[in-house]
Amino acid sequence: MIDYFPVLLLMVIVAFMAAALLAITTFIGPKRTNPDKELPFETGNLPTPGNARAQFSVHYYLVAILFVVFDVEVAFLYPWAVQFKQLGLFGLIEMLVFLFILFIGWLFIIRRGVLEWK
Amino acid sequence: MEVALFILIALVTVVSALLVIIRKNAVSSVLFLVLTFFCLAMLYVMLGAQFIAAMQVIVYAGAIMVLFIFVVMLLNLGTDQKWEITGPVRKWMGFGSAAGILLIAVLAFRGMQSPTTEMDTSIGTVSSIGETMFQSYVLPFEVASVLLLAAIIGVVAMISRKPVDATTVEGGNES
Amino acid sequence: MTWLDLLIAVACVAGVLGFISVVALVAIWTERKISAHIHDRLGPMETGGFHGWAQTIADMVKLLQKEDIIPDAADKPLFKLAPYIVLSATIASFVVLPFGAHLIGTDLNIGIYYLVAISSLEVAGILMAGWASNNKWALFGGMRSASQMISFEIPIGLSLLIPIMIVGSLSMQDLVGAQAGGFWNWGVFSHLPFAMIAFIVYFWASLAEVNRTPFDLPEGESELVAGFHVEYSGMRFAMFFLAEFANMFLVAGVAVALFLGGWHAPFSFLEISAESNVILHNLVGFFWFASKGMVLLFIQQWLRWTLPRLRVDQLMHVCWKIFLPFSFVNVLIVSLWIVLTQS
Repeated sequence: MIDYFPVLLLMVIVAFMAAALLAITTFIGPKRTNPDKELPFETGNLPTPGNARAQFSVHYYLVAILFVVFDVEVAFLYPWAVQFKQLGLFGLIEMLVFLFILFIGWLFIIRRGVLEWK
Repeated sequence: MEVALFILIALVTVVSALLVIIRKNAVSSVLFLVLTFFCLAMLYVMLGAQFIAAMQVIVYAGAIMVLFIFVVMLLNLGTDQKWEITGPVRKWMGFGSAAGILLIAVLAFRGMQSPTTEMDTSIGTVSSIGETMFQSYVLPFEVASVLLLAAIIGVVAMISRKPVDATTVEGGNES
Repeated sequence: MTWLDLLIAVACVAGVLGFISVVALVAIWTERKISAHIHDRLGPMETGGFHGWAQTIADMVKLLQKEDIIPDAADKPLFKLAPYIVLSATIASFVVLPFGAHLIGTDLNIGIYYLVAISSLEVAGILMAGWASNNKWALFGGMRSASQMISFEIPIGLSLLIPIMIVGSLSMQDLVGAQAGGFWNWGVFSHLPFAMIAFIVYFWASLAEVNRTPFDLPEGESELVAGFHVEYSGMRFAMFFLAEFANMFLVAGVAVALFLGGWHAPFSFLEISAESNVILHNLVGFFWFASKGMVLLFIQQWLRWTLPRLRVDQLMHVCWKIFLPFSFVNVLIVSLWIVLTQS
């Protein structure tokens, strides 16, 4: 646990440093505001009407869930990669079965063409 | 020192978990969820479970968070969503489910004792996890892949059910 | 914990922070010079005298004096918090980078996995910035950035597995230590050509991870004006900028540590052994690590001014249909190789 002390320390110091920089910039920077300046920036034009937080395509959701699935898979691979020399051929076959099942999933995604952004 | 750190982290965890359900705005709820997960990872580190802590950050604070934000963006929830159930029914439902969760927690923790022996810090290392998972728990590990496969098939079925709505902004006009 | 531990920790943290600031300043200057020379221009020439070396420092001072604009429509707390998250996630990853035999913030048992974990938190900050700005371009940029970063995290995770499998440890110093003795022992050249493929996949995927060309769609200046940080100005913008350049060195540093021998010299006679002089040993190690990282940084910048930007469908194609299967097959072949030659 003592190994993690520098991590904690670094995060605290970065927070303080950034806060100090922002304090300086608010102190010496100008504060001249007007309604036009506070508008969302759209290359100089008035912002197009409608809520900026528009509805997004379902493709983003697809990418996110595929990421979750494959991320969990990679997370399983890490302890295996560290230990697989000791596990030998048995561990390798185990992992082959695991990856084969997920390979079916990957093939399914490709064959159904859901990753094509039309 | 250690106790003080634990109390601080635990406090942040509980407060941010509360903020997840108190905040009306869905996106800021998700971001407080990330904070909760991150604090949980710190608690894991304090327990010596380093690998689980890193996994907690990768899978929950990283992957699940992105998934939730994309779901929020997909559903496009406004901040003033009205509940279909109103009035006293809603209040009683809240109390009922809270009591149910409390009951489950009491049942689960009943008869549990805090460990009296000194903690073995080597159990949280990657190699011991690899050893245990790929020797004693082979079947659960293989079944996990079936679970992941089910998730893939589910999302593909959901996506290919109907074509992408023409009114959605990104992706529709991209290629 | 003793006072000595605390002192060492503070020294490590100070060293890491100092290195990041210097590397970011240098990288921003080289980016401007390299882009200029590729365009047949000169780039900054005035500030500081010699080839405008002080240009970034002057820019930083200028950014300090800028107004901190927060748009009315923005979600203020999230808008203010986002640069912090991006910056601290980036800087916290540097703690496990091995700059020398003893020059490492902390040599964690889960080293490289910790690095992958912490740097994945950056996505949260970027999404936060994009959403909180309440600007259409910022939100598009943030969403694109997030989906691209998470997609390419999978090939990155898989290609980092190759050195881990060869060495059998996640600790950064173990991974570097296994590559001692000359460039033919480096990670890239073991199990030819499979570790080489892993290195190439890692390098390209890491370009996407840091939103560099040819994967810079989230920041496409000509369509999204800058992506998720379009509404940021002054010091908050500088924090994003610092994080971006620190990240570039970070991915280069990981490649160096895992594939290019870390702080080891290409020939062992170019090193000073730890027995004769510990301090010189570390300094020479630091020199090799930093120069290898800088070479990769130069290649990243060179590519930016050479290659055009990909389309989003091409990006997804590259990630899910080329990198992903390639790295999976790679992992399987290397594991088979190791298991078969071992017995």
